Amino acid sequence: MELINQHTKNIMEGCKERARSAGLSFTDESLEYIVTNRDLLELSPKVMIPTLYDYWVHDVDVLREKGKYELYPHNPYETVINTRPPISFYNDNNPDWLNVMIFYHVLAHIDFFQNNLYFRHTWDYDFAGQALSDKRVIAKFRAEKGRWVDYVIEFARGIDNLVDFHGGLAELFVSRETECSPRLNYYFDVFLQTEKKVSVSEYIREINRYNYCLENHGEQAEKTFFSDAERRFPELEARFTRSEESHPANRRDLLRFLLDHSEFLSRDENVWMRSVLEIVRKTSVFFQPQIRTKIINEGWASYWHEFLFLQDDRIQGHEVDFARVHAAVTSLPRVGTNPYALGMRLFSHIKEQADKGRFSFAFQRLKNADGRKQFDTGVAKGRDLIFSVRENLCDYLFLKTYLDQDLLDRFKLFVAGKRLDQQRMVWQYYVKSRKADDYLRMILESLYHPPAITVDQTRGVQGSLYLVHTFEGKQLVREYIANTLMGIEFLWGGPVHLETTEAQVAATWSAGGMEVIQDGEITWQRVVYSMNEKVLSKKQL
Amino acid sequence: MRNKLTKYVEELIAAGISPEHEARIRAELATVGRTHDLPSGKETPGPGGGERSFFDEGDLRVLQETAQCHVNAAVLAKSLDELLERDRQREKDGFPRKIQVGKLVKPGKGSKGKVVVVPATVEEKLIHDPTVRPSGDGGEGGGSGDGKEGEVIGEQPVRGEAVEPGGTGSGQGEGESHELESTAYDLGKTLSEKFQLPNLKDKGKKRSFTRYTYDLTDKNRGFGQVLDKKATLRKILETNIALGNLPDVSDIDPTRFLIAPHDKIYRVLSQEKDYEPQAMLFFLRDYSGSMAGKATELVVSQHVLIYSWLLYQYAGQAESRFILHDTEAKEVPDFYTYYNSRVAGGTQVSSAFRLVNDIVQKENLAKDYNIYVFHGTDGDDWDDSGMKTVDEIRHMLGYASRVGVTIAAHSGQDGVMTTVARFLNSSGLLKNKPELIRMDIIQEDADEPRLIEGIRNLIS
Repeated sequence: MELINQHTKNIMEGCKERARSAGLSFTDESLEYIVTNRDLLELSPKVMIPTLYDYWVHDVDVLREKGKYELYPHNPYETVINTRPPISFYNDNNPDWLNVMIFYHVLAHIDFFQNNLYFRHTWDYDFAGQALSDKRVIAKFRAEKGRWVDYVIEFARGIDNLVDFHGGLAELFVSRETECSPRLNYYFDVFLQTEKKVSVSEYIREINRYNYCLENHGEQAEKTFFSDAERRFPELEARFTRSEESHPANRRDLLRFLLDHSEFLSRDENVWMRSVLEIVRKTSVFFQPQIRTKIINEGWASYWHEFLFLQDDRIQGHEVDFARVHAAVTSLPRVGTNPYALGMRLFSHIKEQADKGRFSFAFQRLKNADGRKQFDTGVAKGRDLIFSVRENLCDYLFLKTYLDQDLLDRFKLFVAGKRLDQQRMVWQYYVKSRKADDYLRMILESLYHPPAITVDQTRGVQGSLYLVHTFEGKQLVREYIANTLMGIEFLWGGPVHLETTEAQVAATWSAGGMEVIQDGEITWQRVVYSMNEKVLSKKQL
Repeated sequence: MRNKLTKYVEELIAAGISPEHEARIRAELATVGRTHDLPSGKETPGPGGGERSFFDEGDLRVLQETAQCHVNAAVLAKSLDELLERDRQREKDGFPRKIQVGKLVKPGKGSKGKVVVVPATVEEKLIHDPTVRPSGDGGEGGGSGDGKEGEVIGEQPVRGEAVEPGGTGSGQGEGESHELESTAYDLGKTLSEKFQLPNLKDKGKKRSFTRYTYDLTDKNRGFGQVLDKKATLRKILETNIALGNLPDVSDIDPTRFLIAPHDKIYRVLSQEKDYEPQAMLFFLRDYSGSMAGKATELVVSQHVLIYSWLLYQYAGQAESRFILHDTEAKEVPDFYTYYNSRVAGGTQVSSAFRLVNDIVQKENLAKDYNIYVFHGTDGDDWDDSGMKTVDEIRHMLGYASRVGVTIAAHSGQDGVMTTVARFLNSSGLLKNKPELIRMDIIQEDADEPRLIEGIRNLIS
């Protein structure tokens, strides 16, 4: 791994100037390295972070057919990493014109990393440096504790997708002090709405009463407010206490919960394990936004590398070369989804629509197809809009907000279905739907989404850990449950229960190596897995 | 060909066979016309990226066309011992093992076995399983271009892989990058700790050019590592006789001897070429029509395991021959053909054993080689009595060091009740000569550990 030469660095600096004047913003310094295949061999298992801690699984071929990105929510072949300064990687034989294109792509990524709010928690430190110090900590532990360090890493990594990324992010923007008290939140959000099911007018009356207290009693407002409320609902306090117990603050963050509440980990001889858990958690949280912004980030980068490259005066004569590479990167496949293509088209589409003032009520209520086609207010607000999109949205919101029928029709997108032709034993690919709703559902379905697993300590026997999986239409991968729960049991130091939902019909192996259910309908059954002394048992609820 | 077989079948039926057996024979007879083609070598191209998640795309690959790299064999070989040691330690510490070896990859063409096995593992997490869904529904993905709703835009055969065994594919589903020249080294090494060829006799030892032993065999005058006292005394005597210090042989007075430094004879370390016993292995595989699907995959996987292990453990001294049979047997030149030939046709197990006997006799192999025969089948044989086969095997046991028969029973079938198992059992060979012949019956759903266990049965 070595830095690019001066000549290439000059090109990069030129790109930075042009990108800045186009409106992108990023830090001044950046590091560009030439990587060989040998470097990649070491880098790719470490997700391109050269300083990531060592772990034996990095040396092994990892099987990831099933739910690959759900297990590894980061890309092992990323060109640029979100460090301070940002580091990017290049082949040593790229021609200059290609480097110009890649530099623009990289700069747009850097701009995205440094301005998109989902990356807020990575802005204040350099992850490469952090990872290096973590790596040293782990190396030191390994020297002292031997293989047990690897067991702890393994068990912690087993639950590193349950870190409540959004919860942590929210705290960065809304500090705890400015929030309402938990009691107040419970009263208005849960108690009145789901327990008492009061009418809207009554709900508003309570809010008014609270505001009145706030105006007239100052510091004592809440106390006054609740003394009155408790007179009406004597059970309120008891209910609130129980809810607090069953829903601890960090209940969605299993790793954090174990760090805070595991007696096993707080024993003197096990305190070192907490540092390992912290490291694994930190690393996981660092990568969390990456996979949640795949389409928007690649779309943003592709949009800008096209825009900036075509305006660059230094590369004249390479337009055709560029067109060839650019088309390969951003072509829409006949079957399949290309994040570069989809994201880029969505950005251009949004910009055009906004330039014509189409994100407006006037346009939306227009039913006349011809009128819609002609609609143009000439406000030219597109550029502002796409910059605000890149700042505030992730894949989910980006698609949910802006993917519409116009886009589908314009780029001839459709949902491709795959079905079995029993007679001829072939899988058929067919055009399943051209409706925006179906397309949106399909693509949102394929986004990264770790299961929502929460801690509920009001359930289960004393000393055990009770986890509840909120069912969202997909069951958990069954063969992974045993080992994951075994790891949690180790870290918790006692029995662990996991309440989840499973397909009831016995799944049978069938064509294509996929598990399919024999009779069309699936019935779902709530079950509890229990891990006690490394023995897994299951019972139906 | 077909006519001849049909006639043979009619004879069999006339001799009286059970209706099920007749049905099986007829089913196989129907496949006779098909050829045992090798796969074209090209993977069936999927229509676009339908199977791939868009999270798989990365800038380095998309923009810079960097090839996806795999850990290379040399690195693996080094770390494999370590990994397995770690895995054993895991078990001792009370956690289940995590390393899976025997991840098979299609062997390449040519005489060299391009079978490399990579250690693989899974990091388990609680994640959603998108594969549980109603049958016949293959899921959905994105697409673009023309076509009305409901229009079929592409097709892909379902059982492409199942019919032509191709190992279980690699972790990434793209086998080619794993195919390395280093001949099954990794898996073999792993397995070598578990097995040794049984009944290896010292026959026809050939001098090895690759293996050496080191011993203090060379003599050197004047200096060296160990004084050879006997030789030194003899030399001293010689010298003193020449000097005339030994006038009377019946009355030796050693005190009068002169001892020159040059008379001292020492032993020095020297490199000796080693002699090694040789082995010849015959792999026999039933590739008749009934072997379609899992059965072939299992048999072939097990033979890959044995083959890999041999390449490692007995490199240079174990030679392999490959024989395929339906109603007729033929020898094929390399493991690739052996591994990949497609199933079709009827079954006559005896043909394969006869061919081995012929080869051994013609080439006079029994004199110079330890001979091992491994046969894989689903247990089906048109010849219900198995007389011919048993005769051939009995003859074979006269020279072979071990014959191992693997029966991969189809699901729902009791392996012991298959034709081959039945006549082997009733022949009494298994009982009378357990040293020379073994049989291993596995079910169609057997996994890799079971296969390895099977090898232990066959060669322990």
